[in-house]
Amino acid sequence: MKTYLPPKFIVERDLERCIQCQVCVNQCSFDVNYYDAQDDEVRSSEDKCVGCHRCVVFCPTNALTIRRNPLEYRDNYNWRPEVIEDIIKQAETGGVLLTGMGNDKGYRVYWDHLVLNASQVTNPSIDPLREPMELTTYLGRKPDRVEIEQNPLSLKTELAPQVRIEVPVMFSAMSYGAVSINVHESLARAATEAGTLWNTGEGGLHPKLYKYGDNTIAQVASGRFGVHPEYLDVAGVLEIKIGQGAKPGIGGHLPGEKVSAEVSMTRMIPQGTDALSPAPQHDIYSIEDLAQLIYALKEATNYTKPVAVKIAAVHNSAAIASGMVRAGADIVVLDGLRGSTGAAPKIIRDNVGIPIEMALASVDSRLRQEGIRSQASIVIAGGIRNSGDVAKAIALGADAVYIGTAALVALGCTLCQQCHTGKCAWGICTTDLWLTKRVNPDIGARRLSNLLRAWSLELKDILGGMGVNALESLRGNRLHLRGVGLTDTELEILGVRMAGS
Amino acid sequence: MNNLCKMNNPYSDDKVIDACSLFGAMDTTGKRFSGEGVIKAITNMHVRSNGLGGGFAIYGLYPEYANHYAFHIMYLSQEGKSEVEAFLKQRFRIVAAEEVPTQPIPAIVDPPIVWRYFVEVDPQKCGGKSEDDYVVGRVMEINTGIKDSFVFSSGKNMAVFKGVGYPEEIAEYFCLEQYEGYLWTAHGRFPTNTPGWWGGAHPFNILDWTVVHNGEISSYGINQRFLEEFGYHCTMQTDTEIIAYAFDLLVRKHGLPIEIVAKIVAPPFWSDIERSPAHEQKLFRTLRQVYGSLLLNGPFTVIIAHQGEMIGLTDRIRLRPLTVGTKGSMLYLSSEEASIRLICPDLERAWIPMGGEPIVGSLEKPLVPRGVVIAGGANTDAN
Repeated sequence: MKTYLPPKFIVERDLERCIQCQVCVNQCSFDVNYYDAQDDEVRSSEDKCVGCHRCVVFCPTNALTIRRNPLEYRDNYNWRPEVIEDIIKQAETGGVLLTGMGNDKGYRVYWDHLVLNASQVTNPSIDPLREPMELTTYLGRKPDRVEIEQNPLSLKTELAPQVRIEVPVMFSAMSYGAVSINVHESLARAATEAGTLWNTGEGGLHPKLYKYGDNTIAQVASGRFGVHPEYLDVAGVLEIKIGQGAKPGIGGHLPGEKVSAEVSMTRMIPQGTDALSPAPQHDIYSIEDLAQLIYALKEATNYTKPVAVKIAAVHNSAAIASGMVRAGADIVVLDGLRGSTGAAPKIIRDNVGIPIEMALASVDSRLRQEGIRSQASIVIAGGIRNSGDVAKAIALGADAVYIGTAALVALGCTLCQQCHTGKCAWGICTTDLWLTKRVNPDIGARRLSNLLRAWSLELKDILGGMGVNALESLRGNRLHLRGVGLTDTELEILGVRMAGS
Repeated sequence: MNNLCKMNNPYSDDKVIDACSLFGAMDTTGKRFSGEGVIKAITNMHVRSNGLGGGFAIYGLYPEYANHYAFHIMYLSQEGKSEVEAFLKQRFRIVAAEEVPTQPIPAIVDPPIVWRYFVEVDPQKCGGKSEDDYVVGRVMEINTGIKDSFVFSSGKNMAVFKGVGYPEEIAEYFCLEQYEGYLWTAHGRFPTNTPGWWGGAHPFNILDWTVVHNGEISSYGINQRFLEEFGYHCTMQTDTEIIAYAFDLLVRKHGLPIEIVAKIVAPPFWSDIERSPAHEQKLFRTLRQVYGSLLLNGPFTVIIAHQGEMIGLTDRIRLRPLTVGTKGSMLYLSSEEASIRLICPDLERAWIPMGGEPIVGSLEKPLVPRGVVIAGGANTDAN
């Protein structure tokens, strides 16, 4: 069938600069650039270009420019080019449209409508270059009070397992199989170096990464891929995945082509078979079932590590989170509307779930109203872009945040949204060995730990400016936030006052 | 209902912001002394306040009524007074009542009426609660429920005298040089967002706990939200109220000793915890993990007092001043050393405590005279 889809991008090659070196040909995994031997010239099939800019960055003579194809349809706010093209694709395939990364629609980004406070005159700001500034955070269940034995002074209270992180930023779940082993190794090494945690995702943990176990969150998802006693034992934290912000209520599907020998071993499934994660966990149809799985994992690991439960942020998150805490979750993970994925139905990614800022604010408030906030840590995910977002999330009530997309951007990702194709030209979201070696774990780990270091320095500046020297004094301290351009209802849900008030 | 935050914080800022002078003096043998020296000392720090608040707390004040709750209540109108008195008659047995003696002075304009009542609680009325909890509940009812009235203090054998003016003016107005107590705290205030409301001056009181405070708690938002989970409603929106409630929760309800409470509100740094001996490490780490939301962050010095005890404490990086002096059984705490030396030139010891290090004077452990330590330096054998 002749496709009616026009090319998305135009590849411009400056022929005066081009030296026919064919780097762009080798770098493009979407077969856009090719060498025409007859004419001794490099050319491009623009209809395949996804706009990932791999060729642009690697062209030694800066001969390439990628432009958006203007596609001057007649203006129509309702029938925008994306809408038209989606219909064309479905008319030609009859299928569910798949996509990668997070929701790219214009839903309000509340972080951009919240501003932070600083000290002036009546209290001093604190200079992090000259004074200690503490970001250390312990994740896990805490009691309401500590009991002390007098004479001699000693502790009566024993805490449930706690995990220490030195920066309140962790790496989100991205499974081996979706991303390459080199990406996993980069994440694991950076997390270990920075004193934080990374998350295996639902594809198990390759044995060569067991040595980073203390800094590893081992995920237990609906497919149970790669879950075995040793996997649970080596990890620092366990996470039950109920849902994901990019596709609330939807399962996962790793196509057989990506299930290589190593992926097959790690996931414990035959090579080349599709790995299907069911939409629900089939042993959790209700909250009491969740409690059973939480305690099954705690029993299996002899109550030595916190168990987190991750849900997608949906309408009733506050009530659900309260139930999770009562069911024994030590960490509540909320993944918002803008959370990313390696593959999801586009219609789900773009339309299901609620903004993480709202979910966080309402969950933190609800747990406090019920007097159970200290019983679980709150971790949020979904669209955190910089340390400013992190500080705002902490002030709204989060104990820590997950970053996925930001981490991948540090490794080269340009959000071309082709994760589901397995052809990632940056070698991130693929298991093709030709591509995966583009992420060198030595360099990848350095880039990621640099990012965490930069964010921690910025967080310390932000804290010092507010006149506090420990992160726990910002955590849940919404008086350090003000809203700009928000309605009364939005301010009320966020628990934040309007700027100037 | 009276919205106290509207009186105390009329512009509805996040909280009341102020800075201050503090002074405390205690004879740890329990011997009572007149307020003359304390008044002189706080007067010496005149420029630390701006005339919008001054106050004093005196312990061991009413030995003749030592077992009765002494209510000091201010009224802005006769209606308020009649209503409160009817309220008190219904809920307590009033043993004695009188107007607190005052003398008119030019600086004090338009003062409220202040009365004191010595009352007993009928155990039948407590409904299973302790007498203290019953009294707290009634104080909250008066403060938030009855127009034109506010309880200055409600403890036994103690009282708070406070108002709008410089501390020396308040002392003169209430004739404080005539009173005697074994423990005095004093406060001069420099608020930035509170015009004169007499109830907003320090000391802040509930039962026999008083707090005088210099500083601004930058962690106020989370401290308040944490305390709300334990049923405390921060009606006055002041840092001082937060501190009082934090101590009430930790000392009275959670039964923690004062040294431990200091490690919660002004905890050691994580790096210091890692360096301490194993058993302390676990204790301090646990305290921070559980009570992180009660870390009072930002500049503060407080002098907290209750029956038989006076505690001085600064934030953990000591962003506000505190000097300690001792002579014989006397313990002095002050924002400035000069004020102590003004009234006690021959101090045995004077030092600046480390940030977050509590200085405790207690009738249970009276001070014994020791050698002289030179002022200004960190003290190696404090406590």
